[in-house]
Amino acid sequence: MKRFHGWYWLALVGALVGAVAIAVAEGAVSLTLAAVIDAVAGRGDPTAIAIVRDLRLPRALLGALVGAGLGASGAALQGALRNPLAEPYLLGVSGGAAVGAVIAFALGISSDGVITLAAFLGGIGAVFVALAVARVGGRGVRADVRTLLIAGVIVGAFANAAIMVALASAEPNTVRGALWWMMGSAADATWTRVGWLAASIVAAGGGLVYWAREIDVLSLGEDTAASLGVDAERSGRRAFLLAALLAAATVAAAGLIGFVGLVVPHIARMLGLRAHRPLIVAAGLIGATLVVAADLAARTVAAPAELPLGAITALLGVPFFLVQLRRAA
Amino acid sequence: MIGFSDVVVSYAAAAKNAVDGVTFDVPIGQLTALAGPNGSGKSSLVRALIRRADISGGVVSIGARDVKTLSLGELALSVAVVPQREDPTFPVRVREYVALGRYPHLGLWKSPSEADERAVEEALTQADVGSLADRDTDAISGGEWQRVRIARALAQKAPALVLDEPTTFLDVAHEMAIFELLHSLARSGLAILLVSHQLNLVARFADTIVLLHEGRVATNGSPADVMRADKLESIYGWPVVISRDPAVGAPALVPLRRPRTL
Repeated sequence: MKRFHGWYWLALVGALVGAVAIAVAEGAVSLTLAAVIDAVAGRGDPTAIAIVRDLRLPRALLGALVGAGLGASGAALQGALRNPLAEPYLLGVSGGAAVGAVIAFALGISSDGVITLAAFLGGIGAVFVALAVARVGGRGVRADVRTLLIAGVIVGAFANAAIMVALASAEPNTVRGALWWMMGSAADATWTRVGWLAASIVAAGGGLVYWAREIDVLSLGEDTAASLGVDAERSGRRAFLLAALLAAATVAAAGLIGFVGLVVPHIARMLGLRAHRPLIVAAGLIGATLVVAADLAARTVAAPAELPLGAITALLGVPFFLVQLRRAA
Repeated sequence: MIGFSDVVVSYAAAAKNAVDGVTFDVPIGQLTALAGPNGSGKSSLVRALIRRADISGGVVSIGARDVKTLSLGELALSVAVVPQREDPTFPVRVREYVALGRYPHLGLWKSPSEADERAVEEALTQADVGSLADRDTDAISGGEWQRVRIARALAQKAPALVLDEPTTFLDVAHEMAIFELLHSLARSGLAILLVSHQLNLVARFADTIVLLHEGRVATNGSPADVMRADKLESIYGWPVVISRDPAVGAPALVPLRRPRTL
């Protein structure tokens, strides 16, 4: 099997820094690297400063944070739920967040902050519902991971149905707003949003990195975990909640961006990583790079029109997944 | 070392207790075998020991302490368990897998110390899987995988070791090698509880056999005491004869073909 060499870390960080640099330099107005550096430092052409500082840099950073959150969340969930198909949105987070946002849209709320908050609360709410459903489904016995997965899928399906019903009777403007949000976009990046997302990712992602050894043990199964001193139920729930927190924060910040959380952990494993501490960190770096690159494509490929970011990541993700399936077969 | 005293385990959905008042000891330095028909409560006892099944009566103790008063972490320091089934979702390198046995010893940041790494190397050598250390767990044979799992439990360095059917699916050579390993581990001072269906092997290696039947201890004693045709016939519900292993003299069970009655 492939070995993960120390210099891979340098390559991963380098790729992310490079992607962010290109994303900041390219667009309707192309800037040289020197101009970008000057603009970040606040020197030179005021237009360039405005483009870099107010538009492209926050957008690139938001994309990077969203990708990092989704990658780390997916890596932790696949281990804790012992399922290579687990991904952050599988747990009802996406559906719940969408319900929260759509409710806010439908109520005619236009405040960006309130919609973000509504989406975040919707996502977290859905996870708690899924946990509760899993408990009922487990009939008093410890809720095992299969029940939890099924509960997440059920809650997600219910949320999607609720969105469709809500949108069927909504104003055309609301529909457009909600749809754009459900397709995912980093276009509305502000420094406030970047700040909030960074704080959530440092907190929840840091928790996952700290408890990563527990996830290693959990991924061996519940009996083995118990014999090694890990309470499978409690540790599983903790990993699950932290991963959901990451996912909900990214969804609230940039809408639904598919496939990153599913595919990126597999890429990290293909590089030879197995233990969850480095795996979660590497998945964060790769996810960040992927979303920054996909966002660059989303706003430049068909410029001046902008393609939905969630669609671009999925377009990159589907072929990769087919290759994975072929290798597994 | 491990003591079961009048232990009762019951599951919510079941009418009968899975374990119904079982008492026996697993002393230090001995290999104690737990045998019995399917569904006689063997695995439930193991699960009770690691608190995966609720103990609704009696006491399971390790050393002198009731397992109910131990935290899972303390429990993991006193007994290592190789459960019946275990399928890692993603392949792990064998050395990393064995190193997970050190989990209960790790400090706050859960990163291994030099002592942890030494224990892993020792366990790899003891279980004779050192040459597999850099392979992936999905790239080794079934027999190798069982030995790797035992290495993981040995890395835990607990004074007691419990194994649930560690030789299922193994060929004769691998099975014998594991029984030899367990026997020498017991002699080196571990208290070993081995759940096994292999009565003939158990009769040759174990110091004591505890035979369970319908959640109770049917008989408990030396292999010569337990391996008696009348007892085994009524427990397993199948005609048997006990012969003597010609090479080593241990009692050997031979299940008979049932005469056709049609």
